[in-house]
Amino acid sequence: MMVINVVVILLLICGLVFFTGGALGILRFPDFYSRLHPAGKMDTLGSFLMVLAVALSNLNDFSWAAVLTSLKILLIIVFIFILNPTATHAIVDAGFRAGMRPWTKKDRGK
Amino acid sequence: MVNVFLYTALFLCILMVASLYRSVFGPTVLDRLIGVNAIGSKTVILLLLIGLIYGRLDMFVDIALAYALLNFVAVLAAARYFQKRKGLYEEPPYK
Repeated sequence: MMVINVVVILLLICGLVFFTGGALGILRFPDFYSRLHPAGKMDTLGSFLMVLAVALSNLNDFSWAAVLTSLKILLIIVFIFILNPTATHAIVDAGFRAGMRPWTKKDRGK
Repeated sequence: MVNVFLYTALFLCILMVASLYRSVFGPTVLDRLIGVNAIGSKTVILLLLIGLIYGRLDMFVDIALAYALLNFVAVLAAARYFQKRKGLYEEPPYK
């Protein structure tokens, strides 16, 4: 089962790259709205890749119970793809209704 | 193969500490909320990896699923709570 292991490691590394980008964006971006941009998207795709890697790695020794567990793991992917953008939208909505001003080039020094 | 999962989990922990910076020092409340949301979405993956390391993935999947739903509900409730409040611009510097 070497092929599955190689695919799992590749998926894990890709997910870690996306998570690293998301964490760097959360740290480095100047404004609340622009920080939501990496937090909303890169976390979703990184979660997708890493959960897929876990589901593939669970199928390494094949049995029907393992298939059922992998289907449950894929259910986590479905939930993440629905819930994570909804949470991001709720946070943006809270900021917008509270009247926070988006960052412009004029505030660059701050 | 267990070592790969172990080092991946370690790197995820480092990324969670990096996201914790934003939720501790964030200038507004919603910045802290972003940091907490990022930590929560990394925790789901961390729970699955712990399940793979222990060899009990069928048990940890349920915990991860429940944690994903709980994290979503917490972030949604906090966002709905703070949108009624004004004055998210400035927080007093806690020094």
